[in-house]
Amino acid sequence: MGNKTKIIIAGGIVGIISVLLVYFGNPANMGFCIACFLRDIAGGIGLHRAEVVQYIRPEIIGLIVGASILALKNKEFQSRGGSSPFIRFMLGIVVMIGALVFLGCPLRMVLRLGGGDLNALLGIAGFVSGIWIGVKFLNKGFNLKRNYKVTKIEGYVFPGVSIGLLVLLIASPAFIFFSESGPGSLRAPIAISLLAGLIVGALAQRTRLCMVGGTRDMMLFNNSHLLVGFISIIVFSFIANLSFGFFNLGFADQPIAHTDGLWNFLGMAVVGWGSVLLGGCPLRQLILSGEGNIDSVISIMGMIMGAAIAHNFGLASSGAGATFNGQVAVVICFIFLWIISYSNSEISVKK
Amino acid sequence: MDKIDTSGMSCPQPVLMTKKGIEKSPEGVDVIVDNNVARENVESFLKHSGYNVSIKELEDSFLIEARK
Repeated sequence: MGNKTKIIIAGGIVGIISVLLVYFGNPANMGFCIACFLRDIAGGIGLHRAEVVQYIRPEIIGLIVGASILALKNKEFQSRGGSSPFIRFMLGIVVMIGALVFLGCPLRMVLRLGGGDLNALLGIAGFVSGIWIGVKFLNKGFNLKRNYKVTKIEGYVFPGVSIGLLVLLIASPAFIFFSESGPGSLRAPIAISLLAGLIVGALAQRTRLCMVGGTRDMMLFNNSHLLVGFISIIVFSFIANLSFGFFNLGFADQPIAHTDGLWNFLGMAVVGWGSVLLGGCPLRQLILSGEGNIDSVISIMGMIMGAAIAHNFGLASSGAGATFNGQVAVVICFIFLWIISYSNSEISVKK
Repeated sequence: MDKIDTSGMSCPQPVLMTKKGIEKSPEGVDVIVDNNVARENVESFLKHSGYNVSIKELEDSFLIEARK
């Protein structure tokens, strides 16, 4: 089977499983959303107190463990780290803030489009613009320096911790939070969510599926491989949404979305730019974190911190639109991204 | 032959470094990669750019030799 066929199939399965998760109880157009689910986990363990978005999402655990299992099986598990750790942590925060202003990570962005939510088009336009800026800096030599081998056990700790989260979810001690209303209360049964995560985690590990990589590689190398996966998710989730009767075309009254076009655009521009600097979208970071990549683990930790900040400081948007605090935060994120991009590229080294 | 060591670099740096390498010495390059993702990406990039590619497995890495 050709690589292109593989990634079309993988994207198709991701699109269909995402819609099935909605059928089994997940919020609409949110079969998967790495940003939203990390945010729910941050709430589930009490890092923020936004009562409507607290739940230890088994999909995330499945994605990490699924990637780990396949990476171990294929001898691709490599414990590595040490490439600009704190910058990556901060970029994780930035990407999460952008995603929560838009209301979704790049994966949910395409799932929203597949569900008929046209606000996602503004998000995609912003996302592509953000990637374009990031690519400009890549071409000017931007990089976060190399990683190094670390001890084997270092790579196993994060998948281990995610299994620990599963134990917490199942045991549900009193200190774990579960939303009783809102998106956090909408969830597919644990076993189904976990299985979905495992399948998609393994597929994404195998095919290197990455939402930001598609547009980036097209701009950098004229290589459409990953972009085909991105488009496949849209097409197959669209078909699945149509067949389940979930498809609802328009801008207004879309589930867990707002119609504030400018901030949909700018939020995703932050996500696109930040993800290019990190070397992959939130989904890809999660998969790499399951393969022993500590730099990606640090990025995920940044995203969880970013989610807590976004809700504690009132940065996250709601159905009513972006908040003033969120708008200020997006501007700060752009300044931060520019400083990091500039200072890590060859333009600044030459001077 | 120009030798490019991409060890430890994350996506998409190995391919970017290779791209710069063949711009500098179009007759061919030797690229060291230390993981499968970079190996696949660099190999496919070089093949698409019209090079003959051979890969040698080293202890902890791969040596990709690209020639016109």
